[in-house]
Amino acid sequence: MERRKERIDRGIKARSEDIFALSSYREMLYLLVPRAIPVVGLLCVSPLLSPYWREIFISTAVYALLAISWDLLISAGLVSLGQSLFYGIGSYVAGSLNHYFGLSPLFTIPIATVLGGAICTVVLLPVLRLRGIYFAMVTLVLPLMFLRLVEATRILGGTEGLTGLTPFPNSWVSLYLIEVALLVALFGFRRLMGSDWGLIIKGINDNDRSVMSAGLNIHWYKTQVVFLAASVGCFTGAFGTHLDMFAGMPGFALDYSIMPIAAAVVGGAGSFAGPLLGAFILVPLSEILRSLGALRIVFYGMFLVIFVVGLPEGLFHFVERKYHQFERWVEVE
Amino acid sequence: MGGSGIETKDPILRVSQLSKSFGGIKAADSVSFDLKSEELLGIIGPNGSGKTTLVNLITGFVKPDRGQVIYKGKEITAWPPYRIVTLGIARTFQMVKPFYQLPAYKNLIIPLCSPRVKTLAGGKYGERDAVALDLLEEVGFERDSYVSYKVASSLPQGYLKRLELAKAMALRPDLLILDELFSGLSLAEVASIVPIIEKLRFQGKTMIMIEHRLKELFRIADRVMVLNYGRKIAEGLAEEVMESDEVKKAYLGSEV
Amino acid sequence: MLVGSLVYGFVNSAILALVAMGFNITFGISGVANFAYGAVYIFAGFFTWILLNTLGLPYVLCVIGSVLAAGVLGIVMYYVVILRVKGLALSEVMATFGLGLAIMELFRYFDFVGFRYTLPIFFDGSLSIGEVFIDYQRIIIALIAVGLTGFLYLFTHYTKIGLAFRAIAQDERTALTFGIESDRIGAISMAFGSALAAIAAIVILPLGTIAVEGGYEVLINALAVCIVGGLGSTVGILVASVVIGYAQTFTANYLEPHWMILVSLIAIAVILTIKPSGLFGKQKELEERV
Repeated sequence: MERRKERIDRGIKARSEDIFALSSYREMLYLLVPRAIPVVGLLCVSPLLSPYWREIFISTAVYALLAISWDLLISAGLVSLGQSLFYGIGSYVAGSLNHYFGLSPLFTIPIATVLGGAICTVVLLPVLRLRGIYFAMVTLVLPLMFLRLVEATRILGGTEGLTGLTPFPNSWVSLYLIEVALLVALFGFRRLMGSDWGLIIKGINDNDRSVMSAGLNIHWYKTQVVFLAASVGCFTGAFGTHLDMFAGMPGFALDYSIMPIAAAVVGGAGSFAGPLLGAFILVPLSEILRSLGALRIVFYGMFLVIFVVGLPEGLFHFVERKYHQFERWVEVE
Repeated sequence: MGGSGIETKDPILRVSQLSKSFGGIKAADSVSFDLKSEELLGIIGPNGSGKTTLVNLITGFVKPDRGQVIYKGKEITAWPPYRIVTLGIARTFQMVKPFYQLPAYKNLIIPLCSPRVKTLAGGKYGERDAVALDLLEEVGFERDSYVSYKVASSLPQGYLKRLELAKAMALRPDLLILDELFSGLSLAEVASIVPIIEKLRFQGKTMIMIEHRLKELFRIADRVMVLNYGRKIAEGLAEEVMESDEVKKAYLGSEV
Repeated sequence: MLVGSLVYGFVNSAILALVAMGFNITFGISGVANFAYGAVYIFAGFFTWILLNTLGLPYVLCVIGSVLAAGVLGIVMYYVVILRVKGLALSEVMATFGLGLAIMELFRYFDFVGFRYTLPIFFDGSLSIGEVFIDYQRIIIALIAVGLTGFLYLFTHYTKIGLAFRAIAQDERTALTFGIESDRIGAISMAFGSALAAIAAIVILPLGTIAVEGGYEVLINALAVCIVGGLGSTVGILVASVVIGYAQTFTANYLEPHWMILVSLIAIAVILTIKPSGLFGKQKELEERV
């Protein structure tokens, strides 16, 4: 008698679909709890941390946002090997607006988000017409080149960068700003991908010529995706600029490129919650191992490799599956 | 003096001297033909004769080296596919291209989101899910079963072909180009799809069908065009075309 | 000045071509993602150094050992990492990228940093072309680059294995029906590319020091050349190397050396605007991939 494993949706999942979720508290809690965890965790737990850990928390949130931005791109089939491009450009735009024009963070951050997003989109526009691999190559090359460009031409402060920039009024502002941004991005993107627009994006990833023959301009949709992802990335750069009161070459550092990918792969690409989870695992972990210095990137690299090969669906999808479904052995006829 | 007779209207589609070479191979060699409104033109020819290339050229998936495509008086040569769809031309693919990860009915949501459907339906297209399910029923997805909700990767070829047809129909085209719709289907399945085609014709749609299943095609086609090595070698009524020596040679080889 | 620029420009182009070729063989021609290329390059350099200085082996043996070791590293990477994500091009890219970074930074962590990490020059001395002196090492680089290019072209067009490389990139299933074991060929292609990286490293690194940054340089340059020349086209790589190489040299000599990086950036920008698939790129735009 042969047996195989069968996965079935849990009863409570079926009962909590659609309007039936309002039928009892149990069903509502089933839906609410997973969504409440990040909200509660971020907003309520963070103020209770010590200043040292609050800093790490903010750093984690920044990486989480970059990872979520990466996740949006991968949903359309675009692999970004250079999230640092977005961070660096956002950082420099905000820094320049602050340094050369004296604008306060209240203005530099929104402007850098949108303007930086636009700049990055324009730069990446030509590659969108080619296979995804070109996107990977160009996003890898560009930040590394910009880095050397700034170093060589000494523009925008050169190797020293732009220093003495305006900080946030107090640490609570920075903490809550990044948290709100993170939650908005998380739930916003999830909502977006659940809509018809998201369906089109998934369609482009699945079979782009089929979407073309369905009368949709895939290049326009890809452009929109890049703009959204780039804007989020530039926001993190702008935020970081005012957090560190500094904008410079480290904005294009490899950390910002490799870490979001590792976080997304470990956490579970495509779910937006996965990258958040991945970031909140990897960054504090690497901080604890900080005494190992350059090993941090080795660490991210190895995690990336191991998870891409071993658990490609990522932790979040694994947990999600367990939450929604149970497994049992059945006989095979 | 009597009734109006048949007025010579301008053809809905005029293809002239369309040519495309891939490397040294002439996939399309100065192909020209007219298509009258509400006609069903069959395009046949041995394998590799350039039938699919012709469709790709007309629908914007491949840019021609030379030649013109004029639809309803507008020149659409080398337009991108999405613009051509917006004008009212829809096509299916020989190798079906469903969105495998999505359920069958969700496959149709994507064409229903296109600008063409939005313009025709004047903004919000009612409930897209309901429209999708109706469309699937029209092409033969049984309403009472759950087949419309099954993910596309689990559907057999017969259903995938119908899904492919439904995706094109969702765009409410005036000109529908079907690339080997019948291939891979059993006689019974073909027999169940033919009424759908006839209903489309009844609705006034113009159609081009590329087929290898000649018997089934000749029953419904008005005219037939034969391609060989990228060139048009015959055009006309099915019986006449099949009498031509050159057509026989193309299909059966020179020892006829 | 002009003669000097012409001569050194040629050498610069040769260096770029040498570096891009290994990357192109695996990624461009065989379709196997190899974003750990820079890491292999550096690995070969440090491995040679270790063999030479720590084990005291004769130089020739070190060279042979390094090239073999690089090839083995390529094969190991293929079977351990790439094969498990084969077919999902994006995963291949990410996995090899992570691996490459990990390897390079590992060297930095183990303190392989400093001026004592150099490889010896093959022959000391120089010869003169007109009024310009050019050292033998650079001449050797140029010769090897030219020789390898010719060899690779013949290899990929006229030998069974070379044709197999191109086959698995074009259509893997069809290649399988021809009896081409795509897994094995992919591994050979990785070994090839890695060996080429090693050869490039051994020949080029003596000009400076072995540094982890060099690995990133190599990756940037290889990518830049491939983007400009067109991925998969040996001719494109050559033309792009010559164009960028000469542009860089002339910029360095007639303007300022630190504008050199601008050259690559401008080249990429121009190509992306005019012909995104590269000068001789065979990648058709999306619509044409029928």
